[in-house]
Amino acid sequence: MSREMLINLSMLAVLILTGVIAHLAGQGFVVTLATKAAIFALAGMGLNLCLGYGGLISFGHAAFFGIGGYVCGILALHAANAMPLVAGWSGSNQMLLIWPLAMLGAGLIAVPIGALSLRTSGVYFIMVTLAFAQMVYYFAISWPQYGGDDGMSFYTRNQFPGINTLKPFGFFLICAGVLVVVTAVIALITRSRFGLVLGAARQNRIRVEAAGIRPFPVLLTAFVLSAMITGLAGALYADLNRFVSPTMLSWHMSGEIMVFVILGGVGRLCGPVAGAGLYVLMEHLLGGITDYWQILLGLVLLTVVMLAPGGLIGILSGRARHG
Amino acid sequence: MLLAEQILNGLQYGMMLFLMAAGLTLVFGVMGLINLAHGALYMLGAFACAFVAGMSGSYLMGLAASLALAAGIGALVEITVLRRLYARDHLDQVLATFALILVFSEGCRWVFGNFPLYLTLPPWASGAVTLPGGLQYPLFRLLIILVGTLVALALYLLITRTRLGTRIRAGEADREMTAALGIDIAKLYTLVFALGAGLAGLAGALVGTIQSVQVGMGEPVLILAFVVIVIGGIGSVKGALAGALLVGMTDTLGKAFLPGLLAGFMPQASANTMGAGLASMLIYILMALVLVIRPQGLFGAKA
Amino acid sequence: MKLKSLLVSGIAALALAPVLAQAEGVKVGMITTLSGGGAGLGVDTRDGFLLALKNAGEAGKAVELIIEDDQQKPDIAVQIADKMIQSDEVDLLTGIVWSNLAMAVVPAAVAQEKFYLSTNAAPSALAGAGCNPKYFSVSYQNDNLHEAAGAYANQAGYGKAFIMAPNYPAGIDSLTGFKRFYEGEVVNELYTQVGQTDFAGEIAQIKASGADTVFFFQPGGMGIAFIKQYAESGSEIPLIGPGFSFSQDVLPAVGDAALGAKNSGNWSPDLENEANKAFVAGFEAEYGRLPSLYAAYAYDTANLLLSAMAKADINDADAFRAALKEADFATVRGKFSFGPNQHPIQDIYMREVIKREDGTLTNRIIDKALEDRSDAYAAECQM
Repeated sequence: MSREMLINLSMLAVLILTGVIAHLAGQGFVVTLATKAAIFALAGMGLNLCLGYGGLISFGHAAFFGIGGYVCGILALHAANAMPLVAGWSGSNQMLLIWPLAMLGAGLIAVPIGALSLRTSGVYFIMVTLAFAQMVYYFAISWPQYGGDDGMSFYTRNQFPGINTLKPFGFFLICAGVLVVVTAVIALITRSRFGLVLGAARQNRIRVEAAGIRPFPVLLTAFVLSAMITGLAGALYADLNRFVSPTMLSWHMSGEIMVFVILGGVGRLCGPVAGAGLYVLMEHLLGGITDYWQILLGLVLLTVVMLAPGGLIGILSGRARHG
Repeated sequence: MLLAEQILNGLQYGMMLFLMAAGLTLVFGVMGLINLAHGALYMLGAFACAFVAGMSGSYLMGLAASLALAAGIGALVEITVLRRLYARDHLDQVLATFALILVFSEGCRWVFGNFPLYLTLPPWASGAVTLPGGLQYPLFRLLIILVGTLVALALYLLITRTRLGTRIRAGEADREMTAALGIDIAKLYTLVFALGAGLAGLAGALVGTIQSVQVGMGEPVLILAFVVIVIGGIGSVKGALAGALLVGMTDTLGKAFLPGLLAGFMPQASANTMGAGLASMLIYILMALVLVIRPQGLFGAKA
Repeated sequence: MKLKSLLVSGIAALALAPVLAQAEGVKVGMITTLSGGGAGLGVDTRDGFLLALKNAGEAGKAVELIIEDDQQKPDIAVQIADKMIQSDEVDLLTGIVWSNLAMAVVPAAVAQEKFYLSTNAAPSALAGAGCNPKYFSVSYQNDNLHEAAGAYANQAGYGKAFIMAPNYPAGIDSLTGFKRFYEGEVVNELYTQVGQTDFAGEIAQIKASGADTVFFFQPGGMGIAFIKQYAESGSEIPLIGPGFSFSQDVLPAVGDAALGAKNSGNWSPDLENEANKAFVAGFEAEYGRLPSLYAAYAYDTANLLLSAMAKADINDADAFRAALKEADFATVRGKFSFGPNQHPIQDIYMREVIKREDGTLTNRIIDKALEDRSDAYAAECQM
């Protein structure tokens, strides 16, 4: 096992242990923080798949995060009020049904966005993904049925067989479990033939084409998969707060998801876990010391970009850039 | 009459966007840098104006201060941070400048507090004037249109008629060659950056005067400025002007008339909400259309 | 490995931090807006509450107050509420200014058996079928002040009103409230964006509408921007509004542009009663500015809380609720009682913006608009 893999695994372990220890110590709120970190990590993992492995700098992943959240919120709202949604079906409050639908929703929107955005590259790609996310954002604002600008609350968490999701620790276990499964899936994807082609397309699109592989379907698939994972994170985040609002779709959110990836290390398997963990930790610890903790966050971020482009995992594994 | 007034509003909005977009597009065209912190410079300009105008009692002093401070901080940031990013990929640039937004926004909050500041118009610029045709329009908004036009003209002359302009164009065309010709490229970069920053600061001060000066005011404008330069073609000042006016008009006229159109087939209240939201989406739809038809933007030179 | 060990020790320190000893009395979590365009409202809410605690002396010290800034964002408010309930273990929540934030926080908080006393936001959804034994509005029901303005528009002889409010629950309640008693024609009904700062487009529509009055509800920074821009536009159509649009947090920034404007309020600094005189003088002495409506509501809320604490233990929820319902405190509004849905029954006045001798702008009462007004939703409340 490589040193980097060891660090990846220990990052996951630290996050899970934090939740468990906090639960045993009766610190419900720390469990909630760890849950938040796990969800952010999941969102970052989604982005990392297209940004880190595929080199596609998407500045619009909040769109998928928010769509996942809204799918969750809308289904839960209909289920709670027994309002018919489509064809007499009135939503659901079962996470196991909500998750695939949230992923499907994010994935379906990602297909046209990805197909159009991939016509461009470089700065234009960044800008176009941002613009599409803004479109979704304004759509959510102007859609009064589901709260518009105000967002909507659904008061109680959705259910998972055998676990009381309203207890912070129960919900934490679910989120951590999802994170572990997704991490394993991503590890498998990146080692598959698909993952290798994706990495090659990042490094040199023309050479991939010369080898007889069209990069477009590969990149589009990566983009859509990435959106689906971030969408799943969005559904969990909605359940964490029992509330969704257009803030989940804002460009600031896109920036933050990107920050999780960069802080931890671009293209590292568990970079987003480290990044999201660090982010939540800073938010809580520094936020307790000073109201202006974001200045410090900004400075840390600046330092990482300037001096340690490999992020936290890069520092720990002693390798500046991911191969 | 209503249409005429809304067109003027669109024009004023467009000119304000142009002041923002001009700097952004120059910096990208010449240095290849994507600068998210441009909105923070807009905010800094507004705070400088509010502070100096409040202290000195002179609004013009405030405006001068906004130009000077934004340009000064712009130059400082360029020399200390951004210079190191020109050769990096866009991801690093996005992140570093995102970090700068956090630092500037929270810094401003720290210094000036959480309360929005409000500027008072000087007597010579306040009130409404009656335009030919009997339309009453606020004098200050007309002044913004005037300032935008003058800046556009000045930039045009600067780029086509002066030595500095030649260098900027040379820098855009071929960085290494320009440096090889003995032009101090570092100084040129700082100068271009400071110019863009100053314009953003000026825009912030002007808009802050009619609205309010508060932390975070630059961010919505920044996103729109990006849309403007992508529509106009990154690197083209002419494109920025065209894009800004297009976006300003689309947004203002869309907000003004879409609800009316929608009201034809839905209740007035939901037509109003839907209309406002759709009008905001319109700009992004416009941008997507431009990119599909002409991926390099309206005036963009290369893809 | 330094960073990692730092990280680990940080997490451990966090997890094992000792639980602070529980203080006697009541632990109150205040979630309010302390930054951005709405900060003026939250600051007054906080300051009014603190002043009441200070004036109460020893009794006030039994209240342990935790204050957090919601940045006027619903998702932040929800997270703060979670933290206050789970981590700080507060007994009671209060302080939310904005109805959209209240809708995100209040139902979840009362579902977790916490009391909520509203210092301002009182959306219709929580007044009728959605009422709750743990939820009290000390301020009003959202429609109230707007109802009074609608009644006043009739009296003043206006027949063509242009009405405008931000697009959030209180804005919708506002225009509903205005139309409840207003008998003339509504020439246009416009919803603006929350946090909007440029009203050029709306002002153009107002000028072209042929209205004889503009009723607008724009609290905080939105109101400041609107009134200033309206004054520059050359329009002569008179403005009327609820007290929020011409409240003490708005007036200094808009200046003379607001002079003479008529607005409705269930409180005014010149209201003749002992409690109010003491409050206005005390607030001005403490903070160097005049109190706004929001400060008055928060001051009343704190005094209501103290009155209930003197009668019952908060751990006995039924007794505490009964004590709150008695509303046995010296209100700055002269008279105050709770209706069946735990929203106030009170008088509502028309006010006018005037200039004091020292040059400060403020409001004075010109008329009583509605007497012993409850609200339109009380009948739907079953509890």
